[in-house]
Amino acid sequence: MEREEKSNTGYLKELTKGFIRENPIFVLCLGLCPTLAVSNLVENAFGMGIAFFFVLLCSNITISLVQKLIPDEVRIPCFIVIIASFVTVASLLMQWFIPDVYARMSLYINLIVVNCIILGRAEAFASKNNVFRSMLDAIGMGIGFTAGLFIISAIREVTGFGTFLGFRLIPENIKPITIMILAPGAFFTIGFLMALFNLIRIKKGKVSK
Amino acid sequence: MTLGQIIALFMGSVFVQNFIFSRFLGLCPYVGVSKDTPSAMGMGFAVVFVMTTASAVTWILYRYILIPFDLTYLKIVAFILVIASFVQFVEMFLKKTFPALHRSLGIYLPLITTNCAVLGVAFLNITQFESESYGFAKSTLQGFFAGIGFMLAMLIMSGIREKLEYAEIPESMKGLAIVFVTAGLISIAFLGFSGFKL
Repeated sequence: MEREEKSNTGYLKELTKGFIRENPIFVLCLGLCPTLAVSNLVENAFGMGIAFFFVLLCSNITISLVQKLIPDEVRIPCFIVIIASFVTVASLLMQWFIPDVYARMSLYINLIVVNCIILGRAEAFASKNNVFRSMLDAIGMGIGFTAGLFIISAIREVTGFGTFLGFRLIPENIKPITIMILAPGAFFTIGFLMALFNLIRIKKGKVSK
Repeated sequence: MTLGQIIALFMGSVFVQNFIFSRFLGLCPYVGVSKDTPSAMGMGFAVVFVMTTASAVTWILYRYILIPFDLTYLKIVAFILVIASFVQFVEMFLKKTFPALHRSLGIYLPLITTNCAVLGVAFLNITQFESESYGFAKSTLQGFFAGIGFMLAMLIMSGIREKLEYAEIPESMKGLAIVFVTAGLISIAFLGFSGFKL
């Protein structure tokens, strides 16, 4: 009984570690290229988040299923091929269902294949754990990534365009800060958000002492 | 292909659409390896080399194998496999023939496989130059110039980061946070080139 309870909390931990403690964007600092490139509009960020989530979930499940079949020496190429196949699926699906979003960011959707988070989870987690745990890990990491993307894109869209998902939040006579939707805005936003995460961690560390 | 086109490609990929400051490709090695100038140089040279050759190889693969056999939907799988095996091959070749060069570039080469700038330039080449004349030469040149742009960004950043070591930075901004804000400021400078056309 006690053992079962222990494993249950383990599962919950697997799921929630991606939210804040091991947030892929702000704490692990992985997968930054698509994060910065597609985060100028909330709509784009959602498209990217969904595609990323799909690929991470499918590849984590598949890799944990076939982990016994793959020889250790060639595991990285095998992982890459599995991931690349799911990226192809995702990009074809997006082309069909949301063609206008896809047209804006097709390059970055294709580049999910070299996203360090997905390969990193495959190598560090899915190749060593069972299917259920890998699935939870993928869901947690996927939510953490999408949430990070959402925060960055919300900040950039509201300050840069004065809109949120196309609805106007800031009256039109106030001029938006155009630089926030250009390239430098992305760097500033992520830099200051990382500083904020650091600040929270420092404060917490002081309290616990 | 005229000299003007070559200069336009050069200005375009090095300054106007710098891979790091405007396309956001290859950020992981950019923040990871730009701590000091020698390693930034090493990484820069390795990226220039791999990007140039990978552009050529993937363009040939796309134009003469994937298009004739109607397999273009396989381009993601094909490109990543070609780049990964190509990097492996280059590493073995350098180890055998130029051991000195291999010693200085060695640790950066495997990292390049997962550098999104390399795969990114391959995808950009086939979308931009798919039906153009001199597509092969243009792709290879774009790969080369994009690599130069990457190296330039690495060198600027490593120079600044060496100075940042001695600066007084607020506790919470230490580490990557200050690096990203610095990159943003450099990126503003690079914005000055936008709208520059030949």
